[in-house]
Amino acid sequence: MRKDGRWVKAGIAMLAVALLLLPFALSYAGTAWVRIANYALLYVLLALGLNIVVGFAGLLDLGYIAFYAVGAYAYALLASPQFGLHLPFWVILPIGAGVAALFGVMLGAPTLKLRGDYLAIVTLGFGEIVRIFLNNLSQPVNITHGPQGIAGIDPVRIGGIDFSRSDSMLGIVVSGPMKYYYLLLALMLAIVVVNVRLQDSRIGRAWEAIREDEVAARAMGIDTTAMKLLAFAMGASFGGVAGGMFAAIQGFISPESFVLVESVMVVSMVVLGGMGNIAGVILGAVLLAFVPEILRWTVEPAQRALFGRTLVEPEVIRMLIFGLALVLVMLFRPAGLLPSAVRKRELTQDRAS
Amino acid sequence: MDIFVQQLVNGLTLGAVYAIVALGYTMVYGIIQLINFAHGEVVMIGAMVAFTVINALAAAGLPPLAVVLIGTGCAVPVCMLVGYAMERLAYRPLRNAPRLAPLITAIGVSIILQHLAMLVWSRNVLAFPQIIPLTTYGFLGAQITGVQLTIIGLCFAMMAGLALLVYRTRLGRAMRATAQNPQVARLMGVDVNRVIAATFVIGAALGAVAGVMVGTYYGVAQYTMGSTLGLKAFAAAVLGGIGNIPGAMAGGLVLGVVEALGAGYIGDLTDLCRYGLGPAGSCAGGGHFILFGSNYQDVFAFVVLILVLVFRPSGLLGERVGDRA
Amino acid sequence: MKNSKLALTLLAVAVGLIGCGKEEPKKPVAEAAPPPPPSIEIKIGHVAPLTGNIAHLGKDNENGARLAIDEANEAKIKIDGKDAKFVLVAEDDQADPKVGTTVAQKLVDAKVAGVVGHLNSGTSIPASPIYNSAGIPVISGSATNPKLTEQGFKGQFRVVARDDQQGPAVASYLAATKKPRLVAIIDDATAYGEGLANEVEKSLKAANVKVLPREKGTDKTTDWKAILTKVKGKNADAVFYGGMDATGGPLIKQGRELGIKAVFSFGDGACTDEMPKLAGAAAEGLLCSQAGIPPQAADKKFLDAYKKKFNVDPIIYAPFTYDAANLLIEAMKKANSADPAKYLPELAKIDYKGATGKIAFDEKGDRKDAEITIFTMKEGKLVPVAIIKAGQTVPYEEFIKAAAPAPAAPAAEPAKEAPKAEEKK
Repeated sequence: MRKDGRWVKAGIAMLAVALLLLPFALSYAGTAWVRIANYALLYVLLALGLNIVVGFAGLLDLGYIAFYAVGAYAYALLASPQFGLHLPFWVILPIGAGVAALFGVMLGAPTLKLRGDYLAIVTLGFGEIVRIFLNNLSQPVNITHGPQGIAGIDPVRIGGIDFSRSDSMLGIVVSGPMKYYYLLLALMLAIVVVNVRLQDSRIGRAWEAIREDEVAARAMGIDTTAMKLLAFAMGASFGGVAGGMFAAIQGFISPESFVLVESVMVVSMVVLGGMGNIAGVILGAVLLAFVPEILRWTVEPAQRALFGRTLVEPEVIRMLIFGLALVLVMLFRPAGLLPSAVRKRELTQDRAS
Repeated sequence: MDIFVQQLVNGLTLGAVYAIVALGYTMVYGIIQLINFAHGEVVMIGAMVAFTVINALAAAGLPPLAVVLIGTGCAVPVCMLVGYAMERLAYRPLRNAPRLAPLITAIGVSIILQHLAMLVWSRNVLAFPQIIPLTTYGFLGAQITGVQLTIIGLCFAMMAGLALLVYRTRLGRAMRATAQNPQVARLMGVDVNRVIAATFVIGAALGAVAGVMVGTYYGVAQYTMGSTLGLKAFAAAVLGGIGNIPGAMAGGLVLGVVEALGAGYIGDLTDLCRYGLGPAGSCAGGGHFILFGSNYQDVFAFVVLILVLVFRPSGLLGERVGDRA
Repeated sequence: MKNSKLALTLLAVAVGLIGCGKEEPKKPVAEAAPPPPPSIEIKIGHVAPLTGNIAHLGKDNENGARLAIDEANEAKIKIDGKDAKFVLVAEDDQADPKVGTTVAQKLVDAKVAGVVGHLNSGTSIPASPIYNSAGIPVISGSATNPKLTEQGFKGQFRVVARDDQQGPAVASYLAATKKPRLVAIIDDATAYGEGLANEVEKSLKAANVKVLPREKGTDKTTDWKAILTKVKGKNADAVFYGGMDATGGPLIKQGRELGIKAVFSFGDGACTDEMPKLAGAAAEGLLCSQAGIPPQAADKKFLDAYKKKFNVDPIIYAPFTYDAANLLIEAMKKANSADPAKYLPELAKIDYKGATGKIAFDEKGDRKDAEITIFTMKEGKLVPVAIIKAGQTVPYEEFIKAAAPAPAAPAAEPAKEAPKAEEKK
């Protein structure tokens, strides 16, 4: 046990060093790669948030991207020329998380009684409704600027540090995307800690009980209503934080970025990695977020070399991989690449019965 | 008045399209309580196959009806094959898995079908050759085309045929037995696997016909057409009471009419200037202050879906089923 | 135990990530020039979607820029006393805003001297701050959203008309020739469709034409009957649709099925050869506009060179990206430097005769006096009927006549004193 503990510490230390040095290694290959890493981190945040709803509480949410959208628009409206507001980032991010949580409850409350598959459809509809509203709230009063989107969103500024510019500290050049990387990394760590603590807490166990058998959970005195709403709210708030960061990094958002495919993508990440397992979900998100880039550097040149042109676009291959991942994982490894212990037990038992 | 009748005609046609797609959902759900997410993609593949055939035959000088029938004749078997493969590969192995599992594979299958179709038929919007001559009939001041009449007629015919199949044939009886209790049905000598496969195949055939109709009616087909259509049709099936054949029909027609009337009238009805409530600035000189216009047309289906599920989960015509799973 | 597993996984992920970064081959987008010593390699970036729905348009854009680069290399241009070798760094943004910013960063990393692109406004706008902070000039040959040049970035230009120039043009043509009393405006709720429809509405109202409250579908709508029936009920005698051909085709077809006699007019998204295929005979007589001059009206020399090199005709924007790339090169020549900081001032005040006519920029970076062409559908073919420039409508035949015998371009007046282009807002 002691030995184990030492290994853990060594592993964590190495991991920490690796994650801290990563952007420098990446920017050696090009700052573009730091940006790609940032998008991957955004997906990790999203996947971790969705994991609370799907993985912990067992509620399949196909409209999760709506909360991402809400967070992004909260940030955009409070820090852009749209309303002339320019609140600082540390004020907006909690607001965004709060508004997203509110939306989570709004979605959760009417759907409490719905069974798994109906819930999936309703959440899907909810995601679309949010997007359609964002797309149309330019009339009769202009709130979201409709499909034109909101441009000129303020970058994150902490103290005197502007995240959209590069600075050099002690002779080391730190570019804007690198700063965002560290900020996202910090957020991700915070969310991971919250997730880990939740999982083993009373609340986490209550969610697990609901996932396994809602009726039994209620019989055991768990307030299933409150717990489900809490799952929706917590998951949504993480999505809101991720959305806020997206708005800040991108500087421009429009409803186009919050379509159904994005929801499906996040679900794929959670399912592929292993529903309910934090490490698995992170792995799934990173893998699937990097897939398009990897394809772009491998499949496309290979096709060009072989056939002289691109026959199958990387984007298509990526979607096919998503689809196949969903099917194959469910068929052959229903608990995902890194199964959570409980989940694994549950799934195998279910099969046997 | 004639505008209102016209909107009803529009809504009924649209509703008939939803209804036929909804039949496919409702059949599968009725038997194994699975939302076959990929059904919309089957409809899309039906339209695409029909496009290929009709496009190839357009110049041959055959009568239009024959061309469309040949197109349908090719689309149906292809879709049946897709439906069978889907059931065999993606759903059957998961029949006893937790509920979420087949739902997730269904999403996966739908993504795969969509992008395979894209590889075969390209991303572009495909324009059906304009072979069907436009025949318009006046009806209480409204215009109704021959194609519209055909669609509405076919919709009723298919529903009747399906009802006959389920309630009057051996296969139908086996289906109903399987729906009630697969274990007992098996004990009674029903080959449950075959019955379920047959359900998928019939559902896919209905999807193919729907695809051909949608394609020829609107004159366009694209690899993404299945998802929105599928979603609306699913809403229709739930609205009518999922698992219930006349329910799917009723749900489709109601949803179609709701959408048409919604797009047609809700803008005027929510114009605050009509009620003297709008801000003076925008109402001056015949201005408008419209809260919800046709831009929210797609929201109606989802709102109806959510309301039905929350307040009457068994739908308009369904009896209360409870949590059978 | 569980924790150690977690840590190890994370570690594996991190190592994988680093590996990913390091192994990343520097893509040899451009082989270094064989070095006759005093030569200088100048990279020019080009961004357009090369995969996805509009990949064919992206390729067209890229071809235009490539032709300009190749011609410049043949012309053996000397910059700062060195042989300039221009290299096109072509990137694919998949028409996705996220990929757009990544690709922009890639070009900045590659230290390009200037960029031609992006094709879409949706990717151009989020990418523009990245170029701006790196000080790299960007010229789009096809992004028409006004917002692009309204952000106050000094290095952002475009050689194509803005939506708020195209909208008024089609609206004024409609108002002047068809004299409608009541116009219904429909859009597809996309940035492009809504933006254009807004401009048309503004201009029609300014011309005292009554406009119905906006109706909207989506970019996937195929059933327009409910909306069209409403329009019919209000007796509109002209319909404008801001959207693409895939939805515009069914729209006009269903409109005729319902017996609507009104004139249907469209923006450039539905001003394509697909319309007669999608709508059949119903497309006959529609009006539509394209930003810029039609490709067939571009400079003859350009058309021949393009056809010879790529063995196809340009689709829409190739003449514009060709001009955009040439403008960058021309400004570099004038400044005798490929350093963005040095040639940017030259670019801003350039006065250039390109394949699409005379080009000069206003202070925002928009093209002064950009042309708009109005087309009509005749026997299944799009036929240009008029060219609108600086608020002036010229019948197409006259425009061609005026342009053809003009090898000697009208004496270029100094850009600074050129009359100000009509200022919007």
